[in-house]
Amino acid sequence: MDVTALLLSRIQFAFTISSHIIFPSFTIGLAAWLTILEALHLATGRPAYRVVFEFWLKIFGVAFGLGVVSGIVMAFQFGTNWDVLARMVGPIQGVLLSYETFTAFFLEASFFGILLFGRSRVPPWFYLFSTAMVALGTTLSAFWIMANNSWMQAPVGYAIENGEFVPTDWSKIIFSPVLWVRFPHMLLASFITGTFCVAATGAWYLLRGKFHAEARIMLRMGLFLAAILVPVQIFFGHLNGDYVHDYQPAKFAAIEARWHDEQPAGEVLIAIPDPWAETNYYELKIPVLGSLIGSMSFHSKEIGLTDFPQRDRPPMIIPFFAFRIMVGCGLVMLLLTWVGSYLSLKGSIEQNRVLLWATFLSFPLPFIAILTGWFTAEVGRQPWTVYGVLRTADSVTPFLTTRAATISLIVFCALYTFIFAFGVFYIHRLLRAGPVGSLARPPAAAIPNRPMSVVDEPVTVSSLRVGEGE
Amino acid sequence: MFWVFVLAVSTLLYVLLDGFDLGVGILFGLTRDEAQRRAMLAAVAPMWDGNETWLVVVGVVLWGAFPIVYATLFSAFYLTLLVMLAGLILRGVAFEFRYKTERMRWVWDAGFAGGSLVAAFIQGMMVGALVEGLPIVNGQYGGGEFGWLSPFAVICGVGLCLGYALLGACWLVRKCEGDVRDAGYRVIPYLSIGLLIFLIVVFAYALAENLRVIGRWLERPYLFVFPAIGIVAAIVLAASVRQRRDGLPYYMVVLIFAAAFGTLAISFWPYMIPFTITIEDAAAPHSSLAFMFWGEGLFVFPLMLLYTAVSYSVFRGKVRSTAEQY
Repeated sequence: MDVTALLLSRIQFAFTISSHIIFPSFTIGLAAWLTILEALHLATGRPAYRVVFEFWLKIFGVAFGLGVVSGIVMAFQFGTNWDVLARMVGPIQGVLLSYETFTAFFLEASFFGILLFGRSRVPPWFYLFSTAMVALGTTLSAFWIMANNSWMQAPVGYAIENGEFVPTDWSKIIFSPVLWVRFPHMLLASFITGTFCVAATGAWYLLRGKFHAEARIMLRMGLFLAAILVPVQIFFGHLNGDYVHDYQPAKFAAIEARWHDEQPAGEVLIAIPDPWAETNYYELKIPVLGSLIGSMSFHSKEIGLTDFPQRDRPPMIIPFFAFRIMVGCGLVMLLLTWVGSYLSLKGSIEQNRVLLWATFLSFPLPFIAILTGWFTAEVGRQPWTVYGVLRTADSVTPFLTTRAATISLIVFCALYTFIFAFGVFYIHRLLRAGPVGSLARPPAAAIPNRPMSVVDEPVTVSSLRVGEGE
Repeated sequence: MFWVFVLAVSTLLYVLLDGFDLGVGILFGLTRDEAQRRAMLAAVAPMWDGNETWLVVVGVVLWGAFPIVYATLFSAFYLTLLVMLAGLILRGVAFEFRYKTERMRWVWDAGFAGGSLVAAFIQGMMVGALVEGLPIVNGQYGGGEFGWLSPFAVICGVGLCLGYALLGACWLVRKCEGDVRDAGYRVIPYLSIGLLIFLIVVFAYALAENLRVIGRWLERPYLFVFPAIGIVAAIVLAASVRQRRDGLPYYMVVLIFAAAFGTLAISFWPYMIPFTITIEDAAAPHSSLAFMFWGEGLFVFPLMLLYTAVSYSVFRGKVRSTAEQY
């Protein structure tokens, strides 16, 4: 494949959006959990809830900041690299994104400031309200993004006039059935991500024998919530499969590695698809199950990828494997949360080091599942940006030079690697330091002296000297 | 028409609000004193995220209501926007990261000051380039990667840096006490004089080059109302600095900015990308605008202004120098 501005733009988009989604998916879940904690704290008055809240708020702050800065890039990128797409879909997608900014970002940004800096300046009920507003903001943000992407996956309610997509029926766009299965899927994924990170952190402290009270709250709440959420998520995952089956048969065939029509269709569990020979190697296939999953019947005919001309086919390898990784992560998470919750109810989880280790090490699973899920959805949509109507190749800025695209790709890669490496490093340090009250924190030399919010702590001599000594 | 208004208000708010926090970032680079730096950051930390969100508002309102302008402008300024975004990213993460480290702090401090400066400079350059007019061929930008770059654009970049720094200094005077406030007062005269020189240079350049903007001015003499407001504000600014009235300078600079913004906006009218694309040409289909209007315009936009006001009122008053440092 030639290195073209198109290819570079695609790589850049994939890279920036994949880096971005990691942080919002974590903060959406975390914001909801913070609201629950703050409510529990107000209701019960237990100081442990407050300690856990303050601790996760710091981590939320860093992750939120990274989400915001990487998100600004997204708002510009459609115009810079995808000029034609931006022109054509602006009347629909631009409007949806403007709703996101209007309804979500301002809630988040305004109340987030209060969350970090305003505890001493507002009454407790207003503080809880602010927390809830941040959580609502992140949720609304997810809604509009899913509305946007769902419209690209299954465009509805539009007409094409003068080379523009003109919205004809907004209710079809907002109440698209595709949106209403994909939005819960993403929202649940974020909640699960939050609960897993919390549970994993709790397990980590228990393994190290530290912060016992806080760690128990994290582990138990995290596991219980996830044990309820994961099965619901799997159900919504199935509904998502249904929409792909009905609206995007080529993507469905690619995910299933089904090259030719079959009746009744088998389900390929695992294989190595070969797109050149249009066949699968090392195939492990269960007969009839494909029809059952696709159409809930024992004898339906399921479509194969070769029904579509070569130029309309998505690449198979990525959706096929990404989908299987996602499902695999989901099943492992289901097992882990159910066993964990069972042991936790029996009261023996804290002695079970194997399970604590498993919980601790499981924190990447929801992230991997989200990323691979998006790879499946987005790569599977190719070669279209607006499914079935506008090709990716026709969407790119026509006069974008390979040189400009190369420069921007390199800059984004370098910048993101730099920023995110440090961000992850600082989050790791905060997690390792644990939920200590800020007064009890060791002197500045050992750990980051000042997280973000709260008050106290005079400026230490050592930090002053370092500040000057640059 | 309503969206032109929203767009104008959002752009102005962005300039005024992120202007002061970018300005604080620029000034941040001028001091080495850790206590001052902390106070400066504390003066903007609760708001910067909200301020930058207005930039996103500008971006998405453009996209939703005027897709052609969004697509044309953003693809024309491809590499420039890239650098600006990089600047904004670096300064944004600095708020979180600088307190997480001692050894690496200088990196984030440099990122904060440098990122603020670069973002301000580029915004100024883009405005300058727009005033001069972009090479547009058949409704698409046709100028090459830096086809819009000119001495005039560079001057405007420098000018905006001075302007933002002035806003920042006034903000510090308003929010801080002690050393930082005094430092603010010390730089205000220099920055104001710098800005004045800049305005004279721009005016002279525009006359010399006979830019189309000047022609519009001669056609519409009532435009001179705006510079007049600016001059009055500048006089009050000088008086308030002399009398050390902490609250006043910021509002006066705001007035100057609003006057300059009004001048620009009305000299462009009715063009969105000066002298090629008008508001009429660029507007999205009626069904899009109507949907935006009934939801966002009528309900959410006032709410947004309300949140902004609430969050500013929660953080009103001076940053107490020890108690509330970050």
